[in-house]
Amino acid sequence: MTGGIPNANGGVPKTPAKSLRPRLLGLGRGLLSSSFSGLWLALVAFPIVIMRFDATARSIDFLWERLPRLVAVCVAGAIAFRFLLRHKAMGAFRERLSLGASSPKGDPRGRLGRLYDGLSGGRARIPLAIALGLLLLCLPFRSNPYSVSIYTTALIYITLGLGLNIVVGVSGLLNLGYVAFYAIGAYTYALLNTHFGLGFWVCLPLGALAATLLGFLLGLPILRVSGDYLAIVTLGFAEIVRLVLDNLKFTNGPRGIPHIAHPGFFGLDLDKSVKPFLVGRGLLHPNTDLDQVLLYFIVLAVVALTVVCVHRLENSRLGRAWLALREDEVACQAMGVSRWRAKLTAFTLGSTWAGLAGVIFASQITFINPKSFSFMLSVIILSIVVLGGMGSIPGVILGAIVLILAPEYLRFFDDYRMLLFGLIMVLMMVFRPEGIIKATRKVREYKRHADGESGEGAPEEGAPEGAPAR
Amino acid sequence: MSGMDASDPVLVAVGVTVEFGGIRALDGLSLEVGRGSITALIGPNGAGKTTFFNCLTGIYRPKSGDLFFLPGDGRTIPLTLLSPDRVTQQGIARTFQNIRLFNNLTVLENVLIACHCRMKAGLLGALLRDSRTMREEREMEEYSFALLDRYGLGGQVNELAKNLPYGEQRRLEIVRALATRPKLLLLDEPAAGLNDRETEDLAGLIRLIRDELELSVLLIEHDMGLVMGVSERIHVMDYGKPIAEGTPEEIQRDPEVIRAYLGEG
Repeated sequence: MTGGIPNANGGVPKTPAKSLRPRLLGLGRGLLSSSFSGLWLALVAFPIVIMRFDATARSIDFLWERLPRLVAVCVAGAIAFRFLLRHKAMGAFRERLSLGASSPKGDPRGRLGRLYDGLSGGRARIPLAIALGLLLLCLPFRSNPYSVSIYTTALIYITLGLGLNIVVGVSGLLNLGYVAFYAIGAYTYALLNTHFGLGFWVCLPLGALAATLLGFLLGLPILRVSGDYLAIVTLGFAEIVRLVLDNLKFTNGPRGIPHIAHPGFFGLDLDKSVKPFLVGRGLLHPNTDLDQVLLYFIVLAVVALTVVCVHRLENSRLGRAWLALREDEVACQAMGVSRWRAKLTAFTLGSTWAGLAGVIFASQITFINPKSFSFMLSVIILSIVVLGGMGSIPGVILGAIVLILAPEYLRFFDDYRMLLFGLIMVLMMVFRPEGIIKATRKVREYKRHADGESGEGAPEEGAPEGAPAR
Repeated sequence: MSGMDASDPVLVAVGVTVEFGGIRALDGLSLEVGRGSITALIGPNGAGKTTFFNCLTGIYRPKSGDLFFLPGDGRTIPLTLLSPDRVTQQGIARTFQNIRLFNNLTVLENVLIACHCRMKAGLLGALLRDSRTMREEREMEEYSFALLDRYGLGGQVNELAKNLPYGEQRRLEIVRALATRPKLLLLDEPAAGLNDRETEDLAGLIRLIRDELELSVLLIEHDMGLVMGVSERIHVMDYGKPIAEGTPEEIQRDPEVIRAYLGEG
């Protein structure tokens, strides 16, 4: 890419010294231009890093001592970025060169993808699955309440991610208002619980149903638009839902709904009856409530159910229609798939899982208000899908874990958390646009039935283009 | 098969007119496609051939005129009001001038999607995987594989469509169209971008398909070698109107056609 200007010295490019000069020239130019990029970056970051508003003195402090570090970090970052970009371009170039030959590096899934394949496909598959299952089952008992609540949150986001994955990843419908359906689920439970005393288990399907219904009703008019327009309409819809919740009297407006019940367990008070026993034997962290552990298991079950459902859907007639819709709308219709129906089912079913997650969220946090359902949340869920890998179930799960757990454990970065988040997203889009774990297609094995039939099959095996022989 | 009876059409177009703004893309086009025939539709660029296909398949709605499809079971189906997916369900399949495969899906999945309208499984079937759904899935997979294998793509079932060589992408588009089990197959410039050998293979494929699957083929093509070699009937269009019709020999001699292609003089 940098290549440099052709050497003006002329002569035979035999000695390494002569070919070195243009390369060094190129390197110098690269360093220069990335240094400029770095300075520009430092300028952008200047107000965040250097300027500090002092609220009591009502003045702005300039932390000049940070300046050298800021510039150094930005320039180094820009140089590293340029180097990586070049590396990537060279990799693609080499791949194209070796495309004719059977290239061992031709696997487009990358190292992580291969690692995942190795873990999920090989002989280690069953023991690994059992180990993972046991780990997930034991996890909440030994953890402190804070960790358990983070795990539960991560699981809720996995559900949300998998639900949105149906809409965005599989069907290619950019939905920026997914949080609206999440809110509908949460409010359904909150209202039914506080006004009518309905329990969690009754409300779980009801919340999902409410979100589904709303998804269907909204889907009817808006699926006429597609692409960017769909994104804008769904975004607007989510804002409308939030504003309505903010202004309605019976949702208690911005003050929200407090005292939402945790899920019950056959009317037993676990924390009174079982907890002392478990804590006494050292099987439970003394500060962790069994209510929390129960909720963790509920979400875990919901996630397991979701994974099974989404996997089955993807490999069905309906799921293939969604994939076709994502790939090419015109061809999809020409193949006899009703575009309208495929869109509507994807949109509606996606909302179902948002509703489910909403009910669980409300029961976890026991207090909801419209602020919990901001546009930012839609963006985070979308990021989970995009970062993890569009249409890839393990990818979305990993994406949710990374995006939800990382900020929790990165709290010491404090103000720069979101900055870091943005940086990760940019880097991902540049270097791995297909997500952490790329979606793979199912591989099928077939045997030819040739020997049983008319006997034409045998010669065709050798010459695949047997047709024109006739 | 050879008996191409003019009184037994599979497709009838009567005075089809399509306008885009002030431009008449089709100007009262009338033509018939005989059942079981391989018919070609030729004409200079911009003559309205693809527009005609788009009318047939429900992508455009003609301003006036009628299109009838006679699948051969005694029904006469008016096409002008059907949506593209309904047209396919009735038994008309098409390929596209600029290949439109489902690029990130495997070859087999491309064909399986085309089986969509011949399958019944719904949401519950997908989630519960009852025996009927699974049987249908298996049958369709086997059917798709057999189709691919028969028409020369049996070795690439698990390949992503975008990774196929160009010629095989064209072939896959045809096989995918066949999986919708059409009575009438519309091919929009299937030889575009193919080399001579591949074009020859394609001619064989088209004939083979027609004979084995008992369908009719309507073909848009610029490659005169293919058109003259494979088609039994040729319609020539220019400026949205038919200017000549006949057998390949008749068309080659037609002064009207020569003028349309080579210009005045």
